[in-house]
Amino acid sequence: MKSAVVVLPGLNRDRDMIAALTKISGKAPVTVWQTDTEIPDVDLIAIPGGFSYGDYLRCGAIAARMPVMRAIADKAAKGVTVIGVCNGFQILVEAGMLPGALMRNASLKFVCREVKLQVTNANTAFTRGYKPNQIIRSPVAHHDGNYFADADTLARIEGEGQVVFRYAEGTNPNGSINDIAGIVNDRGNVLGLMPHPENLIEAAHGGSDGRALFESALGGSSRQPALAGA
Amino acid sequence: MIKARVTVTLKNGVLDPQGKAIEHALDALGFGGVGSVRQGKVFDIEVDSTDKAKVEADLNAMCDKLLANTVIENYAVEIA
Repeated sequence: MKSAVVVLPGLNRDRDMIAALTKISGKAPVTVWQTDTEIPDVDLIAIPGGFSYGDYLRCGAIAARMPVMRAIADKAAKGVTVIGVCNGFQILVEAGMLPGALMRNASLKFVCREVKLQVTNANTAFTRGYKPNQIIRSPVAHHDGNYFADADTLARIEGEGQVVFRYAEGTNPNGSINDIAGIVNDRGNVLGLMPHPENLIEAAHGGSDGRALFESALGGSSRQPALAGA
Repeated sequence: MIKARVTVTLKNGVLDPQGKAIEHALDALGFGGVGSVRQGKVFDIEVDSTDKAKVEADLNAMCDKLLANTVIENYAVEIA
């Protein structure tokens, strides 16, 4: 149950992610820096939230072109589990590791509150600890979480069960198409989501609904089930 | 030195809430008849070269790789 956390200039949720992974796996994750071209042997790589490179150009655009992202793409191609939260999700779509794009919230406002998520595919490496269609609590804090994909891409990811988390009815905080909060790649080993499950893992947080996500993901890539339709 | 201007605009059909907000603000300023506003980006780039064809090809590659997100944006390259 070894993990790595990516640290980039401008991220600010890296310590939250490190604390969560340390508590859940019992072992402190290794940290990898933007210029690292190799990543140690780990079961899970996490890209935390924040505002990498000041959100210059587009959220996640600069980080997505850093050497460490090539190393992460190589690991993902070998089946290592990768999770990107918030800015991490934006970085994964900018890097082309997940389909679609994340745009300015439809309200134009930064949203920082709790939402409810529906687990729309509980048969992935990240969600097998949840029940199908389970509703969980999760904090969100972002300005650019409005997921967009063209009609063909949307039909494909919906059809293939790649939409893993949806904002539960009435809680979509950003105008995301189809209420999409989190998606996986076609292989099912890369997850991006706007909500912050790492901030809801123990009683001190007021709840632990996010814990099962990391427990599932830390289970190891070898036990990862094939992606199946929701 | 070759000077170029790259314009990046949102594709049709992609929601532009910032453009919408600007449109409403123009209306509030009394500019009637503004049908639609779409916000984009302009990059003025100077390249130390005299080979226009190569620079144009490079600029297109820059757009594909970084300056535009072609999932949601179109771009145009104009060389002075």
